[in-house]
Amino acid sequence: MAMKSTNQKAWFFVLPVVVLVAFNALIPLMTVVNYSVQETFGNNVFFFEGVKWFEDVLHSERFHASLLRQLSFTGIILVIEIPLGVAIALTMPQKGFWVSVCLVLMALPLLIPWNVVGAMWNIFALPDIGLLGRMINGIGIDYNFTQDPTAAWFTTILMDVWHWTSLVVLLAYAGLRSIPEAYYQAAKIDGAGSWAVFRHIQLPKMKRVLTIAILLRFMDSFMIYTEPFVLTGGGPGNATTFLSIDLVKIALGQFDLGPAAAMSLIYFLIVLLLCWVFYTLMMKDEDQ
Amino acid sequence: MSLVLKNVVKRVGSETHIYDTSVELKDEGFNILLGTTLSGKTSLIQLMAGLERPTSGEIWFQGKNVTGVPVQKRNVSMVHQQFINYPNFSVFENIASPLRVVRLSRAQIDERVGRVAEMLKLTPMLGRNPNELSGGQQQRTALARALVKDSDLILLDEPLANLDYKLREELRDELPKLFADRGCMVVYATSEPAEALSLGGHTAALHGGQITQYGETAAVYRQPSSLRAAKVFSDPPINSAQVTKKEGRIYLNDQISWAVTPSQEHIADGNYNMAVRAHHITPLPPGGASVQISGRVLVTELSGSESVAHFNLDDQTWISQSHGVHANEVGAVTTFHIDVDRCLFFDLDDKRIAA
Repeated sequence: MAMKSTNQKAWFFVLPVVVLVAFNALIPLMTVVNYSVQETFGNNVFFFEGVKWFEDVLHSERFHASLLRQLSFTGIILVIEIPLGVAIALTMPQKGFWVSVCLVLMALPLLIPWNVVGAMWNIFALPDIGLLGRMINGIGIDYNFTQDPTAAWFTTILMDVWHWTSLVVLLAYAGLRSIPEAYYQAAKIDGAGSWAVFRHIQLPKMKRVLTIAILLRFMDSFMIYTEPFVLTGGGPGNATTFLSIDLVKIALGQFDLGPAAAMSLIYFLIVLLLCWVFYTLMMKDEDQ
Repeated sequence: MSLVLKNVVKRVGSETHIYDTSVELKDEGFNILLGTTLSGKTSLIQLMAGLERPTSGEIWFQGKNVTGVPVQKRNVSMVHQQFINYPNFSVFENIASPLRVVRLSRAQIDERVGRVAEMLKLTPMLGRNPNELSGGQQQRTALARALVKDSDLILLDEPLANLDYKLREELRDELPKLFADRGCMVVYATSEPAEALSLGGHTAALHGGQITQYGETAAVYRQPSSLRAAKVFSDPPINSAQVTKKEGRIYLNDQISWAVTPSQEHIADGNYNMAVRAHHITPLPPGGASVQISGRVLVTELSGSESVAHFNLDDQTWISQSHGVHANEVGAVTTFHIDVDRCLFFDLDDKRIAA
């Protein structure tokens, strides 16, 4: 009897989470699944279409192009932000007054709303009145991110690096600070140089936080929407139309609910799959 | 071979970690730095290693002034309290790392790592990663790294403190054998009197950033030069009280007094601090001269074949430690016997007068 009542109680503790997850994830997801297998007409008329939309999306060149853009963007920002973040964390002071100054400065970009970041950089990079745009043109480089795809990519990547490298810095710095002083002493006694200290002590000890940093940066950048939408609107042409921007164009611009829903699910599965691959690869050594 | 500290002082900011310290460490056996937490053990070890520079004073090693010589150029090894190994190296690579830096040949490295691993019973673990090993094996790996190179000075900073009781005893018994006939100096910091006694050699008792006494371990234990040194070297804590010597008798209070024993005859009349170790206060009278004291038992601990009782007398807690199991009922007034021949006397400037 006592056993049974304990079990009943346990359900009550789980209930809030179940409700939260249901409203937060499961129910919206099922709505999307529902749309993804039907053709929608006006007046709430639906026809079952099976996996047709999925096939369409997977074969569509437009989807391939945005996926490729998305992968390139994420790849580039990871290659820049992770090493840059680690490098900045390594140069930050370990103690004293300047620690808090550095941390606050580092945290500032993270506190700015994403659409404000987009708007800021839009104005900052305008070729005629923006500080950055005027400067680049001033040194003789023809730069106009609203017309030139390369300039648009350059600006988008620069904006993302400015906005998010701080996150990597903060995580890497926390990882560095958790290394006991004795490790550095042992390395000093062995006569290890600073590269060896980085390679064999700091990097392995930062592995876990860097895994988190890479995963977070991967997920966030793979789902990036607001900043490029405000900055370039996906243009010029389709040059910076990443997956999420494309998705919104299909769903809300063209009101193709079926294909958009199918694309959302494929998008979701890609993020999930890549995260799993990343995580497994990076944690492989830990489980040996 | 010798390690000499001359008037070494270490200050960090406004804090003094080591007060003016001069000592000449002997080169045979272990040199033990015995002291509680914050007594300056780690600071001294780091000064000796060359990881830190003294604020003032000099450090001489093998007849050379090494005060300003950085640790890389000193040929020292160190084992820390935490288990420090390179996380992404195998046990073999960890042990080999000091040899790689000095660029020994492959065959030499294999041979030396093999020998040290054999000595520390690590041979089956050579291919594994340190974080897959137990704490004891991780610390063995760190010890092996310290032993593999021919250091002139090996510093051990509470190497057994993070190990559990069984592993600690096991490794403690092995340590003297590991360092025997290596021809290097060994400095070993610990906070445990029992560890110092079982390792032997010489002991420096540390208190509040100062070496209060240095000498053979047994001598420092038996004849502490000050009450502070005696306190550092006692577990359970040593009992101490103010006593008065008057007309051939020593008075603990108005009721308790005894006639001086031959070793106490030369003490001049006056007030002294007396100290007596817990195992010299026993429920049964010792063989020689003794005096009875009674007090209410506050706490009693039985551990195997030992009994420890904390009792109260004149608003002061006394500790008795004895062989065998004694009931020592809590709350009951119980009589104990002080072995008066074993009492230590210190004058009010904390200098030992008689033992």
